[in-house]
Amino acid sequence: MIELDRAGRSFKVRRSLVHAVRDLSFTIAPGEFVGYLGPNGAGKSTTIKMLCGILTPTSGTVRVAGLEPSRRRTTLARRIGVVFGQRTTLWWDLPLADSFELIRHLYKVDRNTFRTRLDELTTTLDLGSFIRTPVRQLSLGQRMRGDLAAALLHAPDVLVLDEPTIGLDVVSKAGIRDFLKRLNAERGTTVLLTTHDLGDIERLCRRVMLIDHGQLAFDGTLGDLMATAPDQSDIEEVVSRLYTGSGTA
Amino acid sequence: MVSLYARLAWTWTRAAAAYPASFALMTVLGIITTTLDVAVILIVFANTTTLAGFSRDEVLFLYGAAGVSFALCDLLVSNIDRVSQHIKAGTFDTFLIRPVSSWLQLTTDRFNPNRLGRVLQAVLVLGYAVAVLDLEGRRLWMIPVMVVTGFVIFAALWTLVGAAQFLLTDAPELGNAFTYGGQQLTQYPLAVYARDLVKGVTYVLPMAFVNWQPGLYVLGRDDPFGTPEFMRFLGPAAALALVLAAGLAWRQGIRHYRSTGS
Amino acid sequence: MFGVLRAYILIALWQARPGLAGYDIADAITYCFVTQAFIAPMQLFGGGLAIPERIRSGDIALDLVRPAPLQAWSFAEDVGRASYLFLVRGIPPMLVGAAVFGVVVPGDPGRWAAFMAGFALAVVVSFGWRYLIALSVCWLIDDRGVAVLSMVLTTFFSGMMLPLHIFPGWLADVARSLPWAAMVQLPTDLYLGKAAVMETLAFQAFWATVLLVLGALATRAIRHKVVIQGG
Repeated sequence: MIELDRAGRSFKVRRSLVHAVRDLSFTIAPGEFVGYLGPNGAGKSTTIKMLCGILTPTSGTVRVAGLEPSRRRTTLARRIGVVFGQRTTLWWDLPLADSFELIRHLYKVDRNTFRTRLDELTTTLDLGSFIRTPVRQLSLGQRMRGDLAAALLHAPDVLVLDEPTIGLDVVSKAGIRDFLKRLNAERGTTVLLTTHDLGDIERLCRRVMLIDHGQLAFDGTLGDLMATAPDQSDIEEVVSRLYTGSGTA
Repeated sequence: MVSLYARLAWTWTRAAAAYPASFALMTVLGIITTTLDVAVILIVFANTTTLAGFSRDEVLFLYGAAGVSFALCDLLVSNIDRVSQHIKAGTFDTFLIRPVSSWLQLTTDRFNPNRLGRVLQAVLVLGYAVAVLDLEGRRLWMIPVMVVTGFVIFAALWTLVGAAQFLLTDAPELGNAFTYGGQQLTQYPLAVYARDLVKGVTYVLPMAFVNWQPGLYVLGRDDPFGTPEFMRFLGPAAALALVLAAGLAWRQGIRHYRSTGS
Repeated sequence: MFGVLRAYILIALWQARPGLAGYDIADAITYCFVTQAFIAPMQLFGGGLAIPERIRSGDIALDLVRPAPLQAWSFAEDVGRASYLFLVRGIPPMLVGAAVFGVVVPGDPGRWAAFMAGFALAVVVSFGWRYLIALSVCWLIDDRGVAVLSMVLTTFFSGMMLPLHIFPGWLADVARSLPWAAMVQLPTDLYLGKAAVMETLAFQAFWATVLLVLGALATRAIRHKVVIQGG
């Protein structure tokens, strides 16, 4: 479903070349639920933006659902759902319901299918109480649920989430996690999720990838991850050791 | 594409209609602001009967024709010049994850129906000028053609300026010299300007085809700069060339877009 | 760019009517670029003051309890900005005008002194007007209307678009007696040596005083309002 082959992206910053992502290769099969970890500035967001076609890779190839994102961006958009935790993809001044209606037109979802999906999402994400409220007035938890619904109205095969639980309280986090778990289990949606919250990883992800300094530092199951430091039982410790380990390498 | 545009624009119109008083106020003020330019023309002609060989009503005709084109572009396309604003705020990514062209999304973003007032104002001026000028009937077909051509030229110009903001993120106002400069330029007969400037806006940036060249045909006048008669009809070709250039520039801009954040 | 286009229109007009308003063509061109140079230092399109933003955020309550009075403090800030903008945004249009068309440069130091005094008073008048507009936000829900209206009045009646002398009949008389004339038309006439120095400065000083007094009254009213409503 997602394939990267020696993909890289560099930026010119004051005449010197900075490699945000370098020689990154991995494959994600349909139906997988993958956690994507890395310290700040490691290249997580750059990877995600290459997957959506927002950024064009400067080397290597990227394929998502068989398409090259930067060339087939608008075609791919119908098959991929994207959520940025730090900023909403909804329209700030419009009520949530109007945002959804716009999305229906942008994605050309027919009216009946849209109604069915929206009803379902309204129930599972519990949107009913604030669907008429302008997005700017929503709480962070409400907004995130709205963003999730917006990313799923066109029933994408792949869902990419960039820090979806950032800043949420315990209850909201649990709700989002349950929802994602069911989405992956029942509909078989492939999910790639970046996070700094290792609770997300422990509860959701069968597979973990860790990126540091733009390169893959670890790729395996949660069990493999824990096995890299047999003397530790706390995932926070294990991961921070991996960060510092690759950081000094 | 047109129906999707209308759909997006309608959503914003509904949002604006939630504040009717503010909407009405801004419509009226928009009309007043543009009417100032008409006032300036009238004051100029209170002091003289001709300006560079053109009468008041001829100038109002040229002003009105360019005004309709410009106001339509202002209403329908000018939101494209918020590229740098979106890049700085980090909201540009959102346009790129949708299955619709980013150009269409940006031009409708915060679509502002109160700019319709300016279209109306320009239509009135144009209508007045056409009514009082004794124009030859066989030349009138050019008026709708020139208004549409002018709109397309302004729209392409706006898109070029928007595309340039991918590079000049920190200096978006540089583009105003072209967009609003183009508006100001076309308000008067090009005969008032220097020959070199007019050459530039004829052969490099084809602003002369917004209202000047086709306008000379409608008014049945020769070009004071002596360009041949067939130039009056080149507007659509010039507009098409500029559209192609703008399309290419926009695509390049998107490809060079560098997002923000980590 | 905008100045150059405007200059051509004035040239065309003065070619049709040589000597109009007592200007020759060189004076008309100079008029165009001197007024262009005024836009940034006097913020002729409006704004420049932080007050509306502070009123909306409620920070104005803090400003009102400072030891330095709000009006004096805003004024000092505005004069600082005006001097800076005069150098970086005022000089370049003059140089463009001089390079493209040639502009009149007074050789007489007396005229320079009169112009500098007139310009300084114009900045005060401009501040006085914008300060009143800025405070009006306190009484309005939608302040965009006043902002646009102020811009329309200022650009039209200051002489920014056309010299007030060529306005027809009574409109010229009215325009010349309003405060906006003190911002653009009068200092430019001082530069061109087309106005009686003492009378002009007195007229500018009159409007500067009126606007500053009104500003002081408005400041008192807003303090009252903020204190009563508890900020």
